Amino acid sequence: MYEFAYHRPGSVSEAVSLAGDHADGKLLAGGQTLLPTMKQRLAGPSDLIDLSRIDDLRGISVKDGVVTIKALTRHVTVATSPEVKAAIPALAALAGMIGDPAVRNKGTIGGSVANNDPAADYPSACLALGATITTNKRAIKADDFFQGMFETALEEGEIITSISFPVADKANYQKFRNPASRYALVGVFVAKVGAHVRVAVTGAGSRGVFRVADFEAALEASFTPAALDGLAVPASGLNSDIHADAEYRAHLITVMAKRAVAAAA
Amino acid sequence: MTAVSMTVNGQIVSADIDPRTLLVQFLREQLRLTGTHVGCDTSQCGCCVVHVNGDALKSCTTLALTCDGAQIVTIEGLATGDVLHPMQAAFRENHGLQCGFCTPGMIMTAVELVRRKGANLDEHTIREELEGNLCRCTGYHNIVKAIAAGAQAMGAAAE
Ligand SMILES: Cc1cc2nc3c(=O)[nH]c(=O)nc-3n(C[C@H](O)[C@H](O)[C@H](O)COP(=O)(O)OP(=O)(O)OC[C@H]3O[C@@H](n4cnc5c(N)ncnc54)[C@H](O)[C@@H]3O)c2cc1C
Ligand code: FES
Ligand code: FES
Repeated sequence: MYEFAYHRPGSVSEAVSLAGDHADGKLLAGGQTLLPTMKQRLAGPSDLIDLSRIDDLRGISVKDGVVTIKALTRHVTVATSPEVKAAIPALAALAGMIGDPAVRNKGTIGGSVANNDPAADYPSACLALGATITTNKRAIKADDFFQGMFETALEEGEIITSISFPVADKANYQKFRNPASRYALVGVFVAKVGAHVRVAVTGAGSRGVFRVADFEAALEASFTPAALDGLAVPASGLNSDIHADAEYRAHLITVMAKRAVAAAA
Repeated sequence: MTAVSMTVNGQIVSADIDPRTLLVQFLREQLRLTGTHVGCDTSQCGCCVVHVNGDALKSCTTLALTCDGAQIVTIEGLATGDVLHPMQAAFRENHGLQCGFCTPGMIMTAVELVRRKGANLDEHTIREELEGNLCRCTGYHNIVKAIAAGAQAMGAAAE
């Protein structure tokens, strides 16, 4: 690791002012992405602003059909939360599929969403459920938030404080794991609210998580796996690597979407 | 250098450390508690798992400074004097190790698993929960058996 100065603010406002003072600093949440990156010297922040003592950033609430999860809430807490399991079981299940138990004991929803790894799980839930990402400055719709691989609408020093998920009538997430890393090779989150259906795909897109308009229209006409027969996302624009080429990923998207619809219906 | 203080296996320890110090480095290099191993140093293998405030964490992916004020338990802190913890005893009884390099992490993961999911663990659950712990020797069969037996023994001891 490169050298850095360490700060441990006790409040969001203190963290915001530290982030403002240190333009080359970084926020540290669970560290399950940032610390490995720093150890490999792929990141060398001048300052680390450790959010772990900001208790205000932890907690889950359900009100008026919206599940709000504060940024520092760990994956294990979401996975086992009775409130989340009752309101959006697919979201709790998704959190339980992230990494391994030790990673889930430390990694946070805010860190995962801020990082926008193209193979991360949470971005698909945000996009399919039409979540709102709230920061110290503003509220951002998921459709505007994810802007490409590791790119988000967050500005320098902006801190995610919570993420709000409207409760869906039906929802499901299907993840085809990379057999080695267990990240999503392809993950598809399907959500239905009234007559509206949203389908979000992670793991596959070269620009990160994306929605599939054709699938959504077909599922709005008929919310059945068969509605997706013959439909496929074009392989161009999908990731190709030693684990799976773009055509295989394209094939998997339809398969996983059908499974998600079957499980949700 | 920054001051840090935490409780490790029941003893309060304080030191001035470089902020880059990982929890595993603090444990092994400053406190000489070398039972916690570094297998991969890239967050994959789980040889470095310790308990921080009761949670099983990868100590190679945790800053020591983040643990300021925390309660840490390492593999050295499990036994009571000469009496092995039931999970340690179960690994010995069931031949749950060969070279033993992964064992501290396996045991720390298993003990927390029992706290989270109870003493009656089926094979599927144990295998799923070992997602973050790699073993290059055993083929896992005896590890799974050891954890099932250790979990039962922990349950019996708690009654
Ligand atoms: C072995 C392993 C397996 C994994 N498997 C999966 C998997 O299957 N699926 C998956 O989705 N993820 C996986 N992960 C990643 C894991 O989910 C991380 O916890 C997550 O990506 C980052 O969360 P964190 O809290 O650890 O953030 P950190 O690593 O602390 O931070 C990540 C980034 O987000 C920024 N950040 C953190 N919090 C905020 C905030 N509140 N506001 C603004 N910016 C913020 C940081 O500055 C940093 O740039 C895995 C990680 C490991 C080590
Ligand atoms: S040494 Fe920490 S996970 Fe391998
Ligand atoms: S016993 Fe040798 S690595 Fe597990």
